[in-house]
Amino acid sequence: MRIVASFLIEPGFFSSAVVRNALITGAIVALVSAMVGVFTVIRSQSFAGHAMSDMSTLGGSGSFLIGINPLLGFVAASFALSGTMELLGVERRRGRDVATGIVLGGALGVSALFLYLDARSQSTTGAAVTILFGSLFAQSSARVPIMIALGLGGVIVLGIIYRPLLLSSISPDLALAQGIRVRLLSFLFLSVMGVSVALTSIEIGTILSTALLIGPASSALRFSRTPAIAMLCACSIGLIASWLGILLAYDSYYWPPKQRGWPVSFFVVVFIFLFYLASSFKERNSLLRRKNISLDRDTNLEVTS
Amino acid sequence: MFSREMINTWEVATIVAIVAGIVGFFVVLRGASFVAHAVPNASFAGAAGATLIGLNTIFGLGVFALASALGIGWLSKRGRSDAVTALILTLMLAIGALFLSWSSEYASQVYSLLFGEVLGVASNDVGITTILGAVAVIGIMVFYRPLLLSSVVPDIAQSKRINIFRVEIIFLLIVALVSTMAVPVVGTLLMFTLMVGPPASARSFADSPRVVIIISVTIALIIVWLSVIISYATDWPIGFYVGTLGVVSFLMGRIWSHARSGRGIE
Repeated sequence: MRIVASFLIEPGFFSSAVVRNALITGAIVALVSAMVGVFTVIRSQSFAGHAMSDMSTLGGSGSFLIGINPLLGFVAASFALSGTMELLGVERRRGRDVATGIVLGGALGVSALFLYLDARSQSTTGAAVTILFGSLFAQSSARVPIMIALGLGGVIVLGIIYRPLLLSSISPDLALAQGIRVRLLSFLFLSVMGVSVALTSIEIGTILSTALLIGPASSALRFSRTPAIAMLCACSIGLIASWLGILLAYDSYYWPPKQRGWPVSFFVVVFIFLFYLASSFKERNSLLRRKNISLDRDTNLEVTS
Repeated sequence: MFSREMINTWEVATIVAIVAGIVGFFVVLRGASFVAHAVPNASFAGAAGATLIGLNTIFGLGVFALASALGIGWLSKRGRSDAVTALILTLMLAIGALFLSWSSEYASQVYSLLFGEVLGVASNDVGITTILGAVAVIGIMVFYRPLLLSSVVPDIAQSKRINIFRVEIIFLLIVALVSTMAVPVVGTLLMFTLMVGPPASARSFADSPRVVIIISVTIALIIVWLSVIISYATDWPIGFYVGTLGVVSFLMGRIWSHARSGRGIE
């Protein structure tokens, strides 16, 4: 038994402070991303979700340039970008897609400039690579409270706007008829998503941020009957994938070819992708496929009650 | 500005602008900006893999671009295409991260693959870019009608016995081709911006598809040429100018259509 355990889990896994921080950060990010992700997938805003994490370079490099706290830079940039997207975006999905693309292109262009200007005092390549790939193992415990606070804030806002947001995501016309301010909600949601995505991508990299936002949620929505259940399933999938990923990455320290460990993001993303493939077998009762029938019924119930 | 190395830059920039203007028209029409962003970004993991085993970068780029395009097309049959695109993108990037962790020298190329180094194009790159670009444009010309029909009125396309799934795959393959051609010379950011900005603004100036394509190519050419000139003069990264000018052209298109019809484009 002991041999099996030490074969599966390299010795020192539970006593290492680095691993503990990675587990905590991974859990926070996975839970918040999964909850925000369910709405992101229902609203078909995966592109915006990914764009936000790509654009977090902007806040980081910009605040470095003018010498303010990077955290402030991220939050400010997220608000500005989600506001711009909302202003440019027309209601139809294709218009929104183009608006996201335009904002992404412009923001990346500006951050190319910022990175170039930053490079006069520091190595550019380093910054670009860190932001793209990040690492769960580079966490300091000092940042855990801030992450918890911001994650909690996002989840609370999401909880407050849960019902009207759900209604306006599924049937904007019905929501408008109910006197719900659809565009304000849409901006609020984009801001919550933007802030949480920017934070996670700066902590763990763009790849993991997008994967944890979209992957667990889209898998869960394929077999869950209601959004609340989908959120629970997505949280579990995200948590399992990130913890297993951390475990394997820790184990891989002595693996070939370099003997310095495989990246965590690789393992986590592979697990998430496998979950997604597996979920297609359970798709028959999916929320998305029956969306028009069942959710309309759900929301009608909400409306009448 | 017109020295020997700069001639290559001018040629590549011109080719990329023409191809992006044409292919981008369909990107915007089909609401496929995410795909146009994801495929070039994903393909760049292939570049990391190719350097690892000592192959030509363009081979790795091509393989990964194709794989991600086909993956997106195939999985979209059964899932939401935007979520699928995000998943394939992260999967490819994660594989790229794995390759990067195995090699030790690649990191310095990441910046140039992302943001582009137009001012240092080698002359044998020009040949490959020209050939791949020509193939992409010929592909668009051959499949022009089915592409147009299935983008605008899928129902009519279906009643005319056009296989929508096959057209989608062909479109994705063209995007993959364009990515392979453009990423090593101008970077993912530049190619993406050129495929979205000019066509999106061109749609505000005209209605007929052919005219829109011509305007879109013209805008793309103006943006690229201006960017090369200013970037050469100021030494700031070209991605900044292309990105900003792309936004400016889009806003001008919005203002134009707003002024003409008294309301925004819908």
